[in-house]
Amino acid sequence: MHKFANPTLFMRIANAIFPWAAGLSIVLFTIGVPIALVTSPPDYQQGDTVRILYLHVPSAWSCMMVYGVIASGSAAFLIWRHPMANLVARASAPMGAVFTALALMTGMLWGEPMWGAFWVWDARLTSTLILFFIYLGYLALADAFEDPERGDKAAALLAVVGSVNLPIIHFSVEWWNTLHQPSIISTSGTSVSGAMLAPMLLMVGAFTSYYVAVLILGLRSELLNAKIRNARTSHAAAGQAAE
Amino acid sequence: MEGFLEYLDMGGYAVWVWPAYGLVTTGLVGILAMTLRTLKARQKEFDELKSLRRNPSADGSP
Repeated sequence: MHKFANPTLFMRIANAIFPWAAGLSIVLFTIGVPIALVTSPPDYQQGDTVRILYLHVPSAWSCMMVYGVIASGSAAFLIWRHPMANLVARASAPMGAVFTALALMTGMLWGEPMWGAFWVWDARLTSTLILFFIYLGYLALADAFEDPERGDKAAALLAVVGSVNLPIIHFSVEWWNTLHQPSIISTSGTSVSGAMLAPMLLMVGAFTSYYVAVLILGLRSELLNAKIRNARTSHAAAGQAAE
Repeated sequence: MEGFLEYLDMGGYAVWVWPAYGLVTTGLVGILAMTLRTLKARQKEFDELKSLRRNPSADGSP
């Protein structure tokens, strides 16, 4: 695994993956959105609000998956000093925050007509809101210090500590008596009909491949930022030496 | 036409369904646009720094 800490090798692999991830995302959105919005049937209880869940479930899946990536990358950065692991975490954070905001907002738009309330202080909703604040904290901490390395370490530490929230979100519907429904897909199968499972899985795939494609663009950007910082530092050092 | 309007009405839930799709589209397009804009700006800054290192007198300093 340590050989992937080499930015050149890492980016060579990432750049090879990029067109496939971007292409897959476009294809899955192109197929998934019309099925989600047009051809899939309304639910017998939820009516057409079920179409919101084709966005809500992928957003919720993505916000947790991205946080898993950030926490793993941060741990690798803190333990092995892998610079690429830290850059993966940094480039993932804005997307994770947006996915969490979308999961919360689409949930609210579904909750109002189905539960009669935009928001309830239910364990699943509250722990997801906490995840959103952790994302905001990570983004704020990463750029809060003049010395970027201190910001990286502080944000990475927050990400690792905050990962305790992931199992809480996942198991909240089992541990507590919540209004939020339990998982629809488990090891014993699914309770969702194929006509509704198809758009949901297509959209989960679309969101995931979108994340991978935008992450690689973000990584290019973060690497350039690191190079700019190094160039500025060496430029300033050369200037001081000349004086 | 009536069928299309009926579809847009989403069984009476249009006010919830369409904003959800609008929000997600805005979020996903927004984060992609922001990433591309930052990447472009950093690439430009890096290219300028590189040309400055090749030609130090170009920074205007005496």
